[in-house]
Amino acid sequence: MALSRLDNLYRQMILEHADHPHHHGVLENSDHQLELRNPTCGDVLILQLKMEDGKVSDIAFSGEGCTISQASASMMTDEVIGKTPNEIEKMVVAFSDMVTGKAETEEDYEEILGDASILEGVAQFPARIKCATLAWKAIYQALGENNKGVDGQ
Amino acid sequence: MVKKMNEICRDFPILNQIVNDERLVYLDNAATSQKPKEVIDAVSNYFLRDNANVHRGVHTLAERATEQFEQTRFKVKNLINAKSEREIVYTKGTTEGLNWVAVSFGTQVVKSGDEIVVSYMEHHSNIVPWQILCEKTGAKLKYVKLTKNGELDFEDAKEKITAKTKIVSIAQASNVMGVVNPIKELAKLAHENGAYMVVDGAQSLPHMKVDVQDLDVDFLAFSGHKMLGPTGIGILFGKMELLERMSPLEYGGEMIDFVELDHSTFKEVPWKFEGGTQNIAGVIGLGAAIDYLQDVGYEEIEKKEHELVEYVLPKLLQIDGLTVYGPKEPDKHTGVISFNLDGIHPHDVATALDMEGVAVRAGHHCAQPLMKYLKIPATVRASFYFYNTKADADQLIKAILATKEFFKHGTI
Repeated sequence: MALSRLDNLYRQMILEHADHPHHHGVLENSDHQLELRNPTCGDVLILQLKMEDGKVSDIAFSGEGCTISQASASMMTDEVIGKTPNEIEKMVVAFSDMVTGKAETEEDYEEILGDASILEGVAQFPARIKCATLAWKAIYQALGENNKGVDGQ
Repeated sequence: MVKKMNEICRDFPILNQIVNDERLVYLDNAATSQKPKEVIDAVSNYFLRDNANVHRGVHTLAERATEQFEQTRFKVKNLINAKSEREIVYTKGTTEGLNWVAVSFGTQVVKSGDEIVVSYMEHHSNIVPWQILCEKTGAKLKYVKLTKNGELDFEDAKEKITAKTKIVSIAQASNVMGVVNPIKELAKLAHENGAYMVVDGAQSLPHMKVDVQDLDVDFLAFSGHKMLGPTGIGILFGKMELLERMSPLEYGGEMIDFVELDHSTFKEVPWKFEGGTQNIAGVIGLGAAIDYLQDVGYEEIEKKEHELVEYVLPKLLQIDGLTVYGPKEPDKHTGVISFNLDGIHPHDVATALDMEGVAVRAGHHCAQPLMKYLKIPATVRASFYFYNTKADADQLIKAILATKEFFKHGTI
């Protein structure tokens, strides 16, 4: 049955993240907040960040989205805590390369992205790439806004 | 009926294929329909034999191209029972038609303090042009409510359409919930209040007989590609006296009579609207699509679609955790059915159905105000056309059950 192919997209860990997302909710006194929408499907992601000593010290996301976007956001928030904006930027680029199927080895992605590298299967489902990248775009833009000292909307 | 319903599948070669190891079941017809061989051949033959620019050349190919190009205007006139083929304007689709009415006609009749009435079930293309017109003119945009069943609330329409209303613009059939709106009654109501009636026919023309004189509508916009024709070709019908009041929207080649150094005169309606070289292949393809639809016959099309909805809707409603938006009665539906599965995002459902060979749409269907009105972010939409079969419906149901199972247990 062709539905078995879905296992490549919806690995157990992805389903668990989507069902019980980490860092889901609202941060009191966040330093920065950014809302990003996926206009093609109506998904909304609100990302909040706290910075300390030039690193992300806490993070939270809310909004609504599909399994892939929720799991990706959950994994992203796990991976970026304690990282500097420069490190995170590299992760965002690596994540984007991974899900758009640009050739690299899997070990590289696991090294850079940790558990989030399990989303590599998204590359086989081009219609779902935007779902996976939404949270990573959000943190990229939030940090970009950080550098400019502007709160994004 | 020249075409036999049970032989129709053969006319659509694209339907006969395997997708993701499963038989393709195409249920995204509200987005675009598939094309029969007759349409593909008409477009192909035009390029193979008759390709030339229309209206200008004196040579034989130009005459052939012009003949076919203008022939489609008569076919559309007959299809919608317009008074004259000159009431038929070629556009690139429903969106362009509605925009032209808003920009060229709307700015003439709408003033500050006036009102424009649409409904909560409109497609963005029947909302945004009016929003912009309101911004420009200081008019107000009002929305007719829906009943609990998802149908247009006619009592509310009676309250919203008043002497202040200048334009009423409503879809004849909803692209999300598949309901059909009482256009004739709305047009009467609009006219009694001195307003003009504009109709978005994108989701009705593919499925039902539309008679612009019987409905007494002032404008009707629709797209070729949802009714077996190519993309990039659409029709704007307007009553002659209204089209004559409208200025062209594009100036330049094709639409002029005489060009002097400091001024120009334009062709008459409808050619004054058709600036630049037109989508000739698209027009010819649309002509072939109309021939095909009439060979099958709207009566047969409606009958077949009704049979399909009557078959599949109760099966969908029986699935535990599945919510259908809009009416639950099959006779109140076109082939469009929107639904959600509890706890599974529509996009996840659509990906899973795709793996089972079933092509559906997931998202807001260009109807964000409707999604907000229904308090949901998105839906899954299965849209049937007359070439679909009960086997297609069965495959959809089976795929939905497998999808539920997959997301419940994380595997199958």
